[in-house]
Amino acid sequence: MTTTNMLIAGFGGQGILFTGKFLAYEGLLEGREVSWLPSYGPEMRGGTANCSVILSDIPVGSPIVSNPDTLLVMNLPSLDKYEDATVAGGKIFVDSALIGRKVNRTDVEAYYIPATKLASDEGLTGLANMILLGFVIKHTNVIPFENIERALQKVVPASKQHLIESNRKALELGYNYAE
Amino acid sequence: MADKVLMKGNEAMAEAAIMAGCRHYLGYPITPQTEIAAYMSKRMPKVGGTFLQAESEISAINMVIGVASAGKRAMTSSSSPGISLKGEGLSYLAGCDLPAFVVNVQRGGPGLGGIQPSQADYFQATRGTSHGDYHMIVLAPNSVQEMVNLTFQGFDMADKYRMTVMLLADGTMGQMMEPVSLDMGEVKSYDKPWAVTGTNCEREHNIVNSLFLKPELLEKKNFERFEKYNYIEENEALYEEYLMDDAEVCIVAYGISARIAKNAIDAARAKGIKVGMFRPITLWPFPKKEIRAIADKVNSFISVELSMGQLIEDVKLYTECTKPVYLCNRTGGMIMTPEEVLQKIEEAVGGNK
Repeated sequence: MTTTNMLIAGFGGQGILFTGKFLAYEGLLEGREVSWLPSYGPEMRGGTANCSVILSDIPVGSPIVSNPDTLLVMNLPSLDKYEDATVAGGKIFVDSALIGRKVNRTDVEAYYIPATKLASDEGLTGLANMILLGFVIKHTNVIPFENIERALQKVVPASKQHLIESNRKALELGYNYAE
Repeated sequence: MADKVLMKGNEAMAEAAIMAGCRHYLGYPITPQTEIAAYMSKRMPKVGGTFLQAESEISAINMVIGVASAGKRAMTSSSSPGISLKGEGLSYLAGCDLPAFVVNVQRGGPGLGGIQPSQADYFQATRGTSHGDYHMIVLAPNSVQEMVNLTFQGFDMADKYRMTVMLLADGTMGQMMEPVSLDMGEVKSYDKPWAVTGTNCEREHNIVNSLFLKPELLEKKNFERFEKYNYIEENEALYEEYLMDDAEVCIVAYGISARIAKNAIDAARAKGIKVGMFRPITLWPFPKKEIRAIADKVNSFISVELSMGQLIEDVKLYTECTKPVYLCNRTGGMIMTPEEVLQKIEEAVGGNK
């Protein structure tokens, strides 16, 4: 039995909610129990945004992830806010292009990737979230990397199919990133 | 499993309403239920229905009265402050014995309050919301699947009993996505000989009205309505039990609170504490007999709710205060953690208040 309690946090507009949706859709395709809960309200309009994603083999109880085992942060306020909430032995993934400091906790595993810089260097502006996610998939067993294609097909709306290619590239970039 | 889709609670319940034959959505936007209106604005024109954004909540509920009077399935949705505005219309629906479906995706109050999830409208929903002697059937989903199932079922109950059914959700139920099956089966249709559909000069006029100036007649109407309510209380109460077989402590919770409590119960069970949960799915009618029977088996109850102690009053009432009832709550849009519930369970076991 495995359960992933993930919290994804950053600024509104970074694709925080989409990142969670991508995982939730893949969980659905795997036939697992899934929940996705966004923050909502004024913070979505440029302030902080976060979403709770749970993938599990047993029915999901509370959909609210207050103590993540996997934390993805894309701005400093989010790291400040959720670092201490992460469970001991958990994993924290940091966009080091946007967050100047390191993780202080010593009882968690910290991973760093300059996702936002990689995105702009590679012509993938706006896809730092997917670069970060590719990196997460590499270092966790949240979903198998070979399933990203079908998840993309599912989560990207029909009217935006041209975005699949760039999303795939972003995921691959993160997955293949060597620290 | 294959036919499940991932949908937000608000959108899934809106689709379920369409599947239940609702072709008239009258609403006014308010967070955290605006997705219902947005979804309806896209879908209704495609199924030959009406989406109408009224100029206010009061206007929307009165349009529901109009559609319901004509015998058609109608709904409106709002969040806490907006439901207060609809209060007058809800009383008129009851006085006119009209079927209607109303959604409250609760947020923190009182007043304009906040926009985060809350369960502080329990009194408002279970005590009829507005003036006069009446009830609404109140359904409390705790998952996106139940948002769907109870909506489908709710439209049926509304027609069957000619009364308002309220889906009492909260911000998390509306906003979260979960895999959901939209396989709902057949819609049952009901004859509505009372509907104002035009006489064709072939029958007497039907009159839909809630004004009865003769007290003898008004009393009789109310007595008749309460006979119906009594029947519903006997026959329509829904609930779910979780690990109650050997439980010594019983948590009572609905909606999102029940989801959080479930985590706490699992954690307590891992520590060897015998705790279970009684989850009312209909808040009116409250599953009275069932909770009264539980009171003879357990040592204490804990009401877990996102309000300052509203559900707890019904727990005390229907268990006839035979066992201690503790309160575990947050309010104003704050949500308790499973750890807070677990701590309350441990206190209850220790006998501390």
